[in-house]
Amino acid sequence: MSADVNNSKRRLLVAATSVVGAIGAGFVAVPFIKSWKPSARALAAGAPVLADISKLEEGQMITVEWRGKPVYVLKRTDENLKVLESDTDMLADVNSDASKQPDYCKNSARSYDKHAKISVMEGVCTHLGCAPKYVPDLNNPFAGSLGADWKGGFFCPCHGSLYDLSGRVYSSMPAPTNLPIPPYKYESDTVILIGQDGSNA
Amino acid sequence: MEQKSNGLMGWIDARFPATKLWEDHLSKYYAPKNFNFWYFFGSLAMMVLVIQILSGVFLAMFYKPDTAMAFQSVEMGIMRDVEWGWLIRYFHSTGASAFFIVVYLHMFRALIYGSYKKPRELIWIFGVLIFLALMAEGFMGYLLPWGQMSFWGAQVIINLVSAIPFVGEDLGIWVRGDFVIGDATLNRFFSLHIVAIPLILIGLIVAHIIALHEVGSNNPDGVEIKKNKDENGIPKDGIPFHPYYSVKDIVGVIVFLMFFSIVVFFAPEMFGYFLEHANFEPANPLKTPEHIAPVWYFTPYYSVLRAVPSIAGSAFPGVIAMGAAIVVLFFLPWLDRNPVKSIRYRAGWYKALVAIFVVAFIILGILGTLAPTDGRTLLAQLCTAYYFGFFLLMPIYTKLEKNKPVPERVTMK
Amino acid sequence: MKKTILVLLLTTIAMLNTGLVMASGGGYPKSPANVDVDDMASLQRGAKVFTDYCLSCHSAKFVRFNRVATDLGMTESEVMENLNHLGGKFGSTMTATMTEGYAKESFGAVPPDLSLVARSRGVDWLYTYLTGFYADSAKTTGHNNAIFKDVGMPNVFWEQEGVKKAVYEEHDGVKTVVAVEVVEKGTMAPEEFDTMIRDLVAFLSYIGEPNQSYRKSLGIYVLVFLFVFFGFAYAMKKDYWKDVH
Repeated sequence: MSADVNNSKRRLLVAATSVVGAIGAGFVAVPFIKSWKPSARALAAGAPVLADISKLEEGQMITVEWRGKPVYVLKRTDENLKVLESDTDMLADVNSDASKQPDYCKNSARSYDKHAKISVMEGVCTHLGCAPKYVPDLNNPFAGSLGADWKGGFFCPCHGSLYDLSGRVYSSMPAPTNLPIPPYKYESDTVILIGQDGSNA
Repeated sequence: MEQKSNGLMGWIDARFPATKLWEDHLSKYYAPKNFNFWYFFGSLAMMVLVIQILSGVFLAMFYKPDTAMAFQSVEMGIMRDVEWGWLIRYFHSTGASAFFIVVYLHMFRALIYGSYKKPRELIWIFGVLIFLALMAEGFMGYLLPWGQMSFWGAQVIINLVSAIPFVGEDLGIWVRGDFVIGDATLNRFFSLHIVAIPLILIGLIVAHIIALHEVGSNNPDGVEIKKNKDENGIPKDGIPFHPYYSVKDIVGVIVFLMFFSIVVFFAPEMFGYFLEHANFEPANPLKTPEHIAPVWYFTPYYSVLRAVPSIAGSAFPGVIAMGAAIVVLFFLPWLDRNPVKSIRYRAGWYKALVAIFVVAFIILGILGTLAPTDGRTLLAQLCTAYYFGFFLLMPIYTKLEKNKPVPERVTMK
Repeated sequence: MKKTILVLLLTTIAMLNTGLVMASGGGYPKSPANVDVDDMASLQRGAKVFTDYCLSCHSAKFVRFNRVATDLGMTESEVMENLNHLGGKFGSTMTATMTEGYAKESFGAVPPDLSLVARSRGVDWLYTYLTGFYADSAKTTGHNNAIFKDVGMPNVFWEQEGVKKAVYEEHDGVKTVVAVEVVEKGTMAPEEFDTMIRDLVAFLSYIGEPNQSYRKSLGIYVLVFLFVFFGFAYAMKKDYWKDVH
């Protein structure tokens, strides 16, 4: 190598080429990374689903599939709602502060004000993702420590977590937070669109 | 700073020859300083290999090797539903053709500068094996989109196997795993295309490069630079591959990428040569397209196949001729008896012979894309005869050449 | 030597070309479709024609309504009301109104899916085909086609286009169709009809490759980037190589 090499110029050129090359590599990486996002097909399959609640009786629950998850639609009684208001001292997250739900469902019934009786929630236990069972009867053999305090709710068969009828988890359960609530809205008084946000107005 | 990196490198070098590999193959691998345009294609082939592996790995994530789903998984799944899937597929389809363009030019370079001659016979043989593996890779990959051309192209080629006397019929069924090209065929081709042949290909490429770095690169003058070393044992006409050829090849790669991008973004079908029009229709075993032509990179050999007339109704002679057209390449190092490597210092009429060979090869390629007529078949026969004559008569005519004096040292033209 | 190769190659290609033209000289000439896949108004009109007429029998099962809405600048309700006649979901694909069983019964075959027809046939062929129907009493559909002889598809646009007849030319005893001309006016003026067919072909071209416009516009940026990259890399190479003589 001859001595008249201008080192600073060379370093600059190497750095500039490397930087431009790295930027190029970054651009090339984008399509490959983005190709892993849900495809148009997956998005179409995960589109909002309709649930017809016109035939839903009080105390009855239906399950709708949305994005591969069971979504529970439960119609509660006036009695239930009263219990949800009052029996709160054994709940882990009474106001659902640490739990996942749309703002319009962040209340004791965890539902729209106009349709307080109807509860919509994902049937996915916040512990390890099992589907909790709906246990409306008061003589719950699994209620364990709750005993007579059990007023109906959900019981997760995997590790025994207990939730009330709003999907709020009881204290000292394996599950840390309340059942999540998906975005949903009322198309009419009897049809719910699960997967799309609405508002409580 | 220096001390620290030495410490780390020292630790690694005691366990893995990182520095040794770096020096042997890059920073202290002395390549002749007079490489010209033709010497870009080796590194470009590596570049295309990287493109193919990267895009192929991603395509395999979305592709479904099932005759009921394959076409849709490509044309709807990858081309429409998967974000950017279209670009990844165009990288791969354009890369396939680019691979052959680059490899054909790389082989042409070897031919004109005598890079196959002693002591580089094995480099050449590994190279021809790479070419063969690449053809298998291209052929099997072409079935996967499960379009009309995929199906019928594979049909024609697998039927060649069936032309082999006595065992052909059974062999054809064995290759297909069915009486027609079907699910079984598609699945095994998929496996071979994405696993087996790429592994073979990479192994051969490693062997190709190890052999090259053992004997050293040839050059446009065909002068052995190792014959002229300085007091440190470094060839006087050699320059370390890194940084000289690494920075030069980067420029080559960028220019290549420009051409590559022009095809990918502005003409991904390349007027029906890279992606054939009929392949946008799903495979239909009951309806042959009006005109079946293999993809362009196979057409020279397809022409050779068609040029040889059937004997007693069997296409076998054509199959033999097509095979021989490739096999003859293996013998090139021993067919050429002229001790002079570079065409620069060989007889003028030998240059003319090479020129005609190139033209004959290209004509064969063009004819292979067209439906045969009497005139075209005759032309294909002439070119086929020339193709074989060029190689098989070499032992005679290369001895008659009057060479020009070969310089002692390389020249910088 | 390069010159020799070039000269030899050019002459032989020229020779081949004359042979080529002679060999493929027959056949009905294709007219250029001249479609513009960036003309949103044209594509929207084409989409309407496509879903109103073609989708009755043909499917375009690789094409999703929501994608068409995004690409063509239409709202969900526009697409659901004007294009999605079967009332499937917004994200569903374009299926034919006619069932496959019915198609087999009445036409003997399921009409081909049109998602990729512009890529397999080419837009010029489509334009020529769609304007190439002529009255032929020998056919059960009452129509034949100049570029697709004995096609099974009826001429769905005959009311708009009017009745056409074929103009023949005879060579060595073989009669071939060389043109079609209107003999009875349709409900649309010829220019109006022509625009409708071009809109339709433009839409077919779009669904053949929905991202073709984006692909080309992206290509420009890629090339500009590579050009800049080349500038730096070339300067670097020059700098390193100045001491190689």
